[in-house]
Amino acid sequence: MCQVEEDYNGLECNQEKIPVPTLNRKCMKCKEGTAVLIIRVNDAFCQSCFKEYFVHKFRAMLGKNRVIFPQEKVLLAVSGGAASCSMLSQVQEGLSREAPKKFRFVPGIIYIDDGGACGRSTEERQRSNAQLKSIFTETGFPYFIVPLEQVFSLPTSVLVPGTSDPDPSNPSYKQAVDQYVKEKQTLTQENVVSAVAQLSIEDSAYSPEHKLAFERLLSSLKTLTAKEDMLQTLRQHLILHVARENGYSKVMMGDSCSRLAVKLLSNIALGRGAALASDTGFSDPRYGDVVIVRPMRDYSSKEIAFYSRMFNVPSVFISGLDTKTHDKASIQRLTESFVTNLQSDFPSTVSTIYRTSEKLHTVMPPQSQTAEPASKCLLCLCALDIKVGKASAFHATLVSEQLSQIKLPDTSAERCCTEGQGCGPGGCCSSNRLPSHQDLKTLLCYSCRLTIKDMVATDALPPYIITEAEKRQKRSRMKMEISEYLLEDEEEDGD
Amino acid sequence: MQCPVCVIMPVQCSNCVQRRAVLKRPKTGHSLCKDCFFWAFEEEIHQTIVSAGLFNHGETVAIGASGGKDSTVLAHVMKVLNERYDYGLNLLLLSVDEGITGYRDDSLETVKRNQQQYELPLKIVSYEELYGWTMDAIVKQVGLKNNCTFCGVFRRQALDRGAMMLKVDKICTGHNADDVAETVLMNVLRGDIARLRRCTAISTASDGEGAIPRCKPLKYAYEKEIVLYAYFKKLDYFSTECIYSPNAYRGHARAFLKDLESIRPSSIIDVIHSGETLSIKEGVKMPVQGTCSRCGYISSQALCKSCVLLEGLNRGLPKLGIGKHHRLHGKILAQEPLTEQEEKKLKPVDF
Repeated sequence: MCQVEEDYNGLECNQEKIPVPTLNRKCMKCKEGTAVLIIRVNDAFCQSCFKEYFVHKFRAMLGKNRVIFPQEKVLLAVSGGAASCSMLSQVQEGLSREAPKKFRFVPGIIYIDDGGACGRSTEERQRSNAQLKSIFTETGFPYFIVPLEQVFSLPTSVLVPGTSDPDPSNPSYKQAVDQYVKEKQTLTQENVVSAVAQLSIEDSAYSPEHKLAFERLLSSLKTLTAKEDMLQTLRQHLILHVARENGYSKVMMGDSCSRLAVKLLSNIALGRGAALASDTGFSDPRYGDVVIVRPMRDYSSKEIAFYSRMFNVPSVFISGLDTKTHDKASIQRLTESFVTNLQSDFPSTVSTIYRTSEKLHTVMPPQSQTAEPASKCLLCLCALDIKVGKASAFHATLVSEQLSQIKLPDTSAERCCTEGQGCGPGGCCSSNRLPSHQDLKTLLCYSCRLTIKDMVATDALPPYIITEAEKRQKRSRMKMEISEYLLEDEEEDGD
Repeated sequence: MQCPVCVIMPVQCSNCVQRRAVLKRPKTGHSLCKDCFFWAFEEEIHQTIVSAGLFNHGETVAIGASGGKDSTVLAHVMKVLNERYDYGLNLLLLSVDEGITGYRDDSLETVKRNQQQYELPLKIVSYEELYGWTMDAIVKQVGLKNNCTFCGVFRRQALDRGAMMLKVDKICTGHNADDVAETVLMNVLRGDIARLRRCTAISTASDGEGAIPRCKPLKYAYEKEIVLYAYFKKLDYFSTECIYSPNAYRGHARAFLKDLESIRPSSIIDVIHSGETLSIKEGVKMPVQGTCSRCGYISSQALCKSCVLLEGLNRGLPKLGIGKHHRLHGKILAQEPLTEQEEKKLKPVDF
């Protein structure tokens, strides 16, 4: 009754007779084997049919979307949890099959160690790193184990989306596949894989200054919501950097259907409506040259848990920032408990939310050579969604801020934000070189603004962010000075 | 961004700095004195009205009045702003009597008092006279699970019919920020893409024929601030929950939103912002607006929802309106009897 798309002779849980589960139910697919588990509402599978179903789904997801080209280098982002380890085992499985059904891409693994944020000790971190290392070496793929503290030595190029240069020799997926099949005989895959495996990096070294700087960054964020958001952003940047440095053009994330449903709802609560499709969709093209894909997005966490258990997928549980916190500690945590509880009363909740996410798309600013990166958010690299009209929620927040406090005199007019905001206390009229809240705000999208708002000291941000922010500020000031002489508006983002 | 407030000393209003602050704004967290709060609240609504161009000079506007806090505050603020900024509007109150004993008859008394307090003319339309059914009778047939569907659909049409009888140009309702945010969340949870796109619009499309445009001047006003305003202005309103509402699905979205607000007060506006900025893929199937072939009201199907619901009630098949039955619309229009199997599915649930 809660679903709009439901037909009246569809699933009426209180009227139809649901067959009482018995011990000798037959698998609904092969109708021979005894069922060992039930997924979705009432589908019983035997062990082998379930494995087939699971494997098929993964391959179908990759095949249907056709974004991964043959011989492409793909980085698998593994967090140690069940979903990403299942993804890893699926990739292994897919690569071990005989041709022509074999996967044709070249994988690598990355694990970001964020123990410093969660308050884990060095010994604990080393222990879990060692456990993961043993899992990774089993697979034979090259791997990178990178501590999140390394964010403090990133270059500013991370914040600039690269342009994906289309290779003129294989413009379309079908042509690429055909070409690969023709050249197949001349390639010796095995040698390539083993040589590359020796390039594995376990770079767990980070300087004590970075460690302190990282702790300072996290302690300057007052709410857990902002901390989680910032951690997510930094993790993405680091993965992006490693991918770029090592020539990976795709990154696979292990987000499951349940997790994406929670993410969708919590992103709505965080104000990220404009970027919902790229945050939760199959492919996320916002970085330009590196595309994030989510092949596990069709699997519910129940299916993944069953698979991990039944087929002994090795995984390591590593506690995160919101482990063992109460329901209302952060928006993300609240959403997770809300969706999980609702799902138990209305079993179609997660799949409905998931289907909603499929119908959305993100309005991306035109990717041209002359497009300024300034039309994208500094932190999340999505299109800035604050240039909405006067009759909007964003405008209403500005009006409220204005009306609730006294206006300070405008001493330096050109440094003030041009959107009618009054200078807040301790705002942009200071002559401090580092960007203040007000300056940063103009470069951020709506939800990143909220995260920064929760930050006490913006100079705790990693240097690459601050440098890039200053650079963009300077450019926009330059542009304002010469605006009457410019003929074309380069950074026009039509909305 | 603000200096931490010392709780021992009294706090000065952050706007006028002269008077002592008596409340803390839920929306921004600033401490304000009474007059500055009144001014900020009213001014924000004025900005909403002006920037969205909701009204034109000389129009007749019906205020949907239920006697609850939202519509009482709306009536008050509209009157104040109409005079202060010379909108030139001709205001009147329009109320709907659903026939819920113990709830609606009490709140209607409040509306009648409002009529005298604000000196605005009042019209009451009732479900009984429009449809021949009161909500109490409907609940007896439908049960407690899907009755909000009936009430909501009937009320919308009742408002429109009443407005047409009064010959007004626009209707305004007291939907506040919390309502709009709840609706966004609810539509995501139910997968209703069509409504998701429309629900954050501040006014409905005015395409001339049939429907009178409706708008929500209080769209960006927090529910808590509305209560604060009514409290400090000593406005008279009726504050009981509808007795049939606890089982509504919207309750889940509301509880979630309240929790969100407790974590981050700006969440309500953030959800509205998300709803406004999200965009739907092209090619997603959307309903096309047409008219009902029986009553002429706007509808995306052959029969409008209230005709379908009414037909179901009159035939003793209350589940006719719940779920999608396009195939049956043809049969209903042609007055054909339904097959026994179809009837069985539509009968009320046996408890």
